[in-house]
Amino acid sequence: MLTHPTQLTAWKALILEERPAPQKTVVVSNGTCGRASGSLDIIEALKQELDGRGLEDRVKLEVTGCHGFCEMEPNIVIYPGEIYYGRLKPEDIPAIIDKTLLKNKVVDPLVYEDPKSRRRYSQLKEIPFYRKQMRLLTGDNLRIDPDRIEDYVLADGYQALAKALFDMTAEEVIREVESAGLRGRGGAGFPTGKKWQFCRNESADRRYIICNADEGNPGTYMDRSILAANPHSVIEGMIIGAYAMGAAEGYIYVRMEAPQAVRQITIARDQARKHGLLGKSILGSEFHFDIQIVEGAGAFVCGEETSLMSSIEGRRAVSRQRPPFPAQSGLWGYPTNINNVETWANVPLIIKRGAEWYSQIGTPKSKGTKIFSLVGKIRSGGQVEVPMGIKLREIIYDIGGGIKDGKKFKAVQTGGPAGGFLPAKFLDLAIDYDNLVQAGSTMGSGGMIVLDETTCMVDLARHYMHFTQEESCGKCVPCRVGTRQMHDILVRITGGEGEEEDLARLKELGDSITVASLCGLGQTAPNPVLSTLRHFREEYIDHIKHKKCAAGVCRKLVPRTGRKAPPEVRRTKKRRHD
Amino acid sequence: MNGAEMDALLRGFGREQKDLTRILHLVQAEYGYIPAPAVRRIAEHLNTTESEVYGVLTFYKAFRLRPRGKYLVTVCQGTSCHVRGGAGVFEEMKKELGVEPGGTTPDRLFSLDTVNCLGCCAIGPTVVVNGTYYSQVSVEDVRSLVAAYRKKK
Repeated sequence: MLTHPTQLTAWKALILEERPAPQKTVVVSNGTCGRASGSLDIIEALKQELDGRGLEDRVKLEVTGCHGFCEMEPNIVIYPGEIYYGRLKPEDIPAIIDKTLLKNKVVDPLVYEDPKSRRRYSQLKEIPFYRKQMRLLTGDNLRIDPDRIEDYVLADGYQALAKALFDMTAEEVIREVESAGLRGRGGAGFPTGKKWQFCRNESADRRYIICNADEGNPGTYMDRSILAANPHSVIEGMIIGAYAMGAAEGYIYVRMEAPQAVRQITIARDQARKHGLLGKSILGSEFHFDIQIVEGAGAFVCGEETSLMSSIEGRRAVSRQRPPFPAQSGLWGYPTNINNVETWANVPLIIKRGAEWYSQIGTPKSKGTKIFSLVGKIRSGGQVEVPMGIKLREIIYDIGGGIKDGKKFKAVQTGGPAGGFLPAKFLDLAIDYDNLVQAGSTMGSGGMIVLDETTCMVDLARHYMHFTQEESCGKCVPCRVGTRQMHDILVRITGGEGEEEDLARLKELGDSITVASLCGLGQTAPNPVLSTLRHFREEYIDHIKHKKCAAGVCRKLVPRTGRKAPPEVRRTKKRRHD
Repeated sequence: MNGAEMDALLRGFGREQKDLTRILHLVQAEYGYIPAPAVRRIAEHLNTTESEVYGVLTFYKAFRLRPRGKYLVTVCQGTSCHVRGGAGVFEEMKKELGVEPGGTTPDRLFSLDTVNCLGCCAIGPTVVVNGTYYSQVSVEDVRSLVAAYRKKK
């Protein structure tokens, strides 16, 4: 139990003393992708081999959350030397122990080969996937076992909290966050400091803060990875925010479809309580704050602030009219501040290293880094953390290695069901909040789905409308009925029964739903359709007039080339569910 | 389930509306679904109406009112899985199991469900069976995957 800020430093020293540095450390990435690819078998094989050879004291096995390079799971990193091995099988382990751990040599056949340049890299930091990244939030994932609060303390965790509580006033904390230029990572990009100030300004005898971890955009998974890999960074950010806004109670609303995130954040919260970092008199100060964890129940609309609050209150998650904004009347009618997971995780960084340092990263109006889920038809997919202002081309080609299977880039989808598509002409766009909006898409929470020539844009628009019409909470008519109408039109078009007037109908419906819907879900739901209509109108016309689907996805239509689509496409794409 | 069992389950839970979803999660974890008598008991416990409890539980995808099969097969329909062939995997799974999403095979061995994203998008299409994740599943893999669970029984 920590009752004084100096005890934090003493604790760190004690952990270091109790844990003599091992000669070697093997770090296994054990996030959701890792597990799905067999990381648990790798851990088991490592344990057996190390124990069997009596090496358990010399080699430390560190099981961590996701390292980001999902495509190469299961992967390990060996220190010192930062030797990287990916796509491992349990039978590779003995050779790694023989050569790398005992003789400091790399195992040649296991060395990473870059799929683009065919060059081989044995060290993590040399690998193109990592080279252009700036892993401020995710870098520590390599040295943190999320089960152990000690690992976070060793990485200077909770130092920012001590600084905020004892060296700064609440107003100073808000000013620091504001001058850092941090903007909401959930998608809207609202200045975080300003939002905090609104909440603090309301006079009330109770205030709440919420961490929105209901990451529901399909193709997007950075929030759950932060929670699963470095949960204390979010908790620390929340405590600092609560201190700044004068809140005594916080909620983390986490998506149930992310069981690992639920598990790790619960463990972390309990540890923080045990050590006096949550609860009464945090670190011996006069500040009290505690966190409740609420598990969602599978409703996308809960990502929207007012629906999320309804859900925490135990009701149907329908959205409410704004104003009043949550800062005025939120949870149970009290002033409430809601920030996304990644936003909270940025807070300790800003307090620890200062607004001046932070605001040097990024573009004039978008500061810091952003984590993207780089997925879809990309060679080296995974989670990438990059400075704001990086070009789309750098993310897709330098980090992601370009398009899979030698295919041609068609577009990238950003912002999930609320976002849009960026065709090739935007490849040199510098990524920040404002540029993406100007280009007709949004940052969203960071989904980046790369599409190639085998993706049918009309089918994809239908896919998104299927999603939003299913997830509409049903309260307002434009969203409930309108998204359904748009979906039905798209089903007709992809089924070969489209009419020319359908394009005008889609546009008209889309525009009406955008202006007339009650909440963000409805207001943005037509975006994927409007965006594809803007950039890929000819594909719609192909489907309607010529009854052709060039990508070979819409099975009721024939590919335009007159020949059958490549076999792998036909096999996997021959049917859709509507 | 019987009344005493339910009472034991509900013990320790608060009686406010905000406790409802947590209670529903727990009941479902215990029985695999939310039995009708449980709805009545929950309503009593929270001093609310059954229709209120039904209203909430049918709003969320997580809760089911019918028992599920021994193995719950969840096919991801997220965008990344979709562009990587997830729709085909889903169709094949429906054919292989002979049920629609939400349905359970007559032998009660399998239930089929979809999900809009499981968060392992770089390695999709993804299928989950009772918490075990399978990545890069192809249409051809579906039959052997199901067969392996049929064999296990």
